[in-house]
Formats: sequence, structure tokens, C-alpha cells
Amino acid sequence: MTTHTPSPALDIAGLEAVYDALANAIDQAGPDKTELFLVKLALLNAQTLGDASRFEQLVQAALRDL
Amino acid sequence: MHQPTRIPRPSIYYPYEVFQPWLPSQHPAQVRQPVVVVGAGPSGMVTALELARHGVASVVLNAELQFSQGSRAICFTRRSMEILQQVGVADRMSANGLPWRFGNSYYRGQRVFRMEAPHDPDDRFYPILNIQQQYMEQYLYEACAASPLIDFRWGNKVTQVVPHDDCVTAMVDTPEGEYALEAQWLVAADGGRSGIRSQFGLQMEGASYEGFFVIADIRIDLPLPTERLAYFDPPWNPSNTILMHREPHGIWRVDYQLPEGETPEEALRPESLKARIDAQLEMIGFGGTPWEMDWSSVYSARTLTLPDYVCGRVVFTGDAAHLLPIFGVRGANTAFQDAQSLGWCLAYTLKGLAGPGLMASHSAERVGAAREIIEEAGKSTRFMTPPTRGFRLLRDAVLSLSLTQAFVRPLYHWRTSRPHEYTHSRLNCPGDDNALFTTGPAHGAPPRNVCLGPGDYLLNHIGGGFDLLYFTEGPAVPEHLLAAVQAWRQRGVSIRITAIGASRPVQGADQTLPDTAGQVRRRYGVFAGGGAYLLRPDQHVCARWLTLDAARLDAALQRALPGA
Repeated sequence: MTTHTPSPALDIAGLEAVYDALANAIDQAGPDKTELFLVKLALLNAQTLGDASRFEQLVQAALRDL
Repeated sequence: MHQPTRIPRPSIYYPYEVFQPWLPSQHPAQVRQPVVVVGAGPSGMVTALELARHGVASVVLNAELQFSQGSRAICFTRRSMEILQQVGVADRMSANGLPWRFGNSYYRGQRVFRMEAPHDPDDRFYPILNIQQQYMEQYLYEACAASPLIDFRWGNKVTQVVPHDDCVTAMVDTPEGEYALEAQWLVAADGGRSGIRSQFGLQMEGASYEGFFVIADIRIDLPLPTERLAYFDPPWNPSNTILMHREPHGIWRVDYQLPEGETPEEALRPESLKARIDAQLEMIGFGGTPWEMDWSSVYSARTLTLPDYVCGRVVFTGDAAHLLPIFGVRGANTAFQDAQSLGWCLAYTLKGLAGPGLMASHSAERVGAAREIIEEAGKSTRFMTPPTRGFRLLRDAVLSLSLTQAFVRPLYHWRTSRPHEYTHSRLNCPGDDNALFTTGPAHGAPPRNVCLGPGDYLLNHIGGGFDLLYFTEGPAVPEHLLAAVQAWRQRGVSIRITAIGASRPVQGADQTLPDTAGQVRRRYGVFAGGGAYLLRPDQHVCARWLTLDAARLDAALQRALPGA
């Protein structure tokens, strides 16, 4: 599949795979370590993203409608 | 009546001398002094020594009869050593201290970060030198005692400061009662709990952190190099941090955070100290090694500063002016820079060589430095002792990631104290060639040292007044420049001309450095004759030129001495 947007987006199958992987990983981490796991994951993703201001936008998006 | 203890403080390595109190009945009536310095810690004594170097007499008041209790400040930075070199005690510090440049951070038994502080061959001093504060105080005191311009008074405690328009009266209590001491200026160098700051009702700005740390000095034989050791989240003290430093005389500093909710009193109980130090030694593989306690204390991290250090004729300096966290060795190291700045600004003000603008600039520069330190130290402090649940989660996530992910490891760096650059100081010359230089120390920066030969460094040759570094291969300093310098000297401004780059002594210069290897020219970015740097008496750059003439030099000196 080709895309014309500058940043790659997940297709439906990819999003579903992420959905399942994240759910399973949270269960695997267990209630005591869920937050730690998610923060580690966020830092790894931020490093891969390589863009602090884009990350800040994503933080704001995630804070919405909690 | 003030009765400081005459019992030598306990120590297993430092023999405390109890000095005789200065008693008013043994001295003639007190005349008005140019400067009274309240407090004889690092900032007070360096201020007095700097004032003396600029020809200004001072009285230094020490409430106690001996040097301070315990090792306290133990890590001294390169810039501190350069400042101490100026006041004549760097060699003694070097001879007895332990230099180092590596720091190690451990998590789950793995070294996850190694800090390697650069040590350039052009630097005379190591990035850090460890020595206990008593020695530093002793060396500074002996330098004060050797100065005919410093009147050092043991056992003299200031109980009240009465400000007037053009002077200050200090009420001083002694073992035989009070006397009044009047001064044109009073330097409040009376430490973190400054009684003068309290008396004036001055509020500090910034943040205090909740975590408490124990500092314990023990004598133990550990076969480890002089490097900083930091242990995060160890099994015996979950989620907290432990620091270790080697000190001279077989002493180790062990510094650990208290579990939440524990009081300092509980933490300092001997059985509590013993259990925790034993647990730490066990963890690093030296369980059962015999050790002996020397001294212990508790501190909490604070990042606070007064918004202005000049209050009429009273100047706050060192910990009396700001409280900075211990992480990054910022207490005494900042105090030395405060004192070096205060020394020349106050001396030039008292000598009438500058108007009120100079002391205002001193305050603005040092408050700026404190705020920069607070900004940087805040980052380290939030990592060492996370203030909220969010910060703790992030810190814990970084610890966990650091075992396998290199990108987070620099977050362990605790941003060691570095000299503040007065980049936007009002003393910097706006019309010079600063912006045209491609390298070298810029406006407001401290000088760069250069090794000129074995044991011979550029900074051995400068200081004590304004320094004009004049780059030339010619036989003489141009006459118009010399005439300009001469005119300033006649007004009482000390200027030394150092000619750099000529193989034979340059006429008109006070000294000539041939710079055979061209290293001064490279480090200062001057590649043609006629360029120059003007350093203030605290050695910071206030102007630099690719081509200097008399009018440009005059403009820079007028700028550096506002209202002269």
C-alpha cells in the first residue's frame, strides 16, 4: 500500500494488531506494573518519533476527554 | 553574652584548633570600617581575600572559635580551583585533595551510565577535587590571617544589623559582651540560615523538595578509585538514591535518601545509620568491612534565591543569598563565584571607581547565575528525588529502560556545577567585535586556560585587576593605547597589559607571553596582530576586538565601570 502523507499511518489490520498487542502486554505487566510499562512504552515511542513538539501534541490529544 | 563552645569538635581525622576570641576590651575604640563580612565560610573568606587583593580592608566576623563541623562541602570544581588560585590557596588544596573526573550510576547491579568529565591538556585543574571543608576553611583562614588588610575576629556573633543611609551598624556579641561595629558596607555571608536575612524579613523565591537525605562520613578502607558512585532504587532502600564519594584520609561520604515519612531524628539514630551503611556496603560487595563513623547530618533539596542580593548597604552572598541542591556540587562552588564577583565590584565601588550601577550589576549577574543553576539543578533534583507521582513514574521508567536502551542513559547525568557566563551583562561592551569572533570565550564568559609550558598556565599570569590581553608580534604596544591605559591607571583602575605572540618582550606591556606554539591565539580565536581581550577583575570577558584602538578600549572600560 502506498501513502502520500508524510508520516506513515497504520492501516486497519495494523491498528488491530497494535490493539491486541497492547491489551495483552498490559495484562502481562499486571496491575502493579501497568503504569510503569505504559510510561516505558511512551518513552520508546517518543524516541522513535524523534520530535518533541509532535509528542507534546499527542500528549494533549491523549489528555482530552479522559 | 555569646559563649561559643571551647570544646574541640569531635573528628576522627581533623584535629580542631580552638582559637582565642577577639575581645573588644583588648582593642581601641572601633572606627568605621570599609567592609564588615559576617560569616567565615567559603563566600565570606573569599570575599575578604578578593577585597584585600583590590586594596580594600575588611573585618571578618566568625561566631565560632573553630572551623565548621564535619566535612560538609567536599567537591570543588575546576573553576573554583581557578578562583582559589587567585586568592593563593589552590596549591594547598591540590596537594591534599583527591582529583577525579568519572562518575558511575548503578541500577540493579549494572552500571547504566558513566560520566566522563573532559580534562583538556590546557587545563591546570581537574574537573573536580575532593577535600573536606575544614581543610578548605583552614587554608582560606590562613590566607586571611596573613593579609594585613583582613581583621579576622573569632567568637564574634552579629546579633543585629542596623541599616543607615550611607553605612551599617552591626551589633556584635562576644564572650565579654556586645560592641557596635560600623561599616560602609556589610556583607551577609552568614550561611543558609542567615540571621540577617531573617532580620530583614527577605523572602526567597523558588521550590523546596520534600525528600530528606542523610550525609554520613565514615572511615573505611575500600579499594575503589576516586569516582562518584550513585545507586538508584537499591533493594535495601527501594525507590531511593544512594551516593558515595571518596574523601582524603580514608574517609568515604555515604549519602542516602530517607524512606518517605521518616523524620531526620529517626534517621540519625546510631542504630539506623549503622544498619543502612552496613546494607549499602553489603550491596556493593564489602559487607563486613570494618568502618568507623565520623559525622552525620541531614539535608533536603531546595532551589531558592533572593531576587536581589543588594539591600541598601547590605549585600547577601553564598548560601545567605540562595539555597541550592547538593546534587551537582553547587553550594560552595557557587559561593566562590559569588565572592569573586562581589570582591571586585565592592572594591571598585568603595574606591569611587564606579557608581551604584556596578553593585546593581553584581546582583543582576549573580541572581541570574543562581536562577540558571536552579533551572539546571531542578532537573537533577527531579530525577534524584521525584517530587510527584508523575515524576516518580518517569524516573522509574527511565531506570528500567536504561538496562537495555542507551538513549535514556544521559538522563542520569547530574549536570555538575559550571561557571555562569554573563552573556547579557550590562558590563559587556556593545560596540566591540564580540560577534565577529569564530571561537574563544565570548562576552561574559570566564577565560580559557592555556598550558604555556610544564606547570605554566595562562591563568597563572592574570588576575587582580583588569587584564588586557593584546595580541601582537610587533616590538611595542601602540602609543595611543598605552596613553589610554595610563589615563585609566591614573584614576586608580588597575590594568595589566599582557602581550601575546611576540618572541621578544613587547615595549609598554607589563609582560610578554611568546605563545610559541600558538595555542593562546587558537584558544582565543585571534589570528592577526592587533586583536585583544579585556577581562574584568573576576577574569570574565567584557570586551574583545579583532582590532583595538584607544577609543574602543575607553568605551569598554566606561561600560565595565558604570557611573565612574
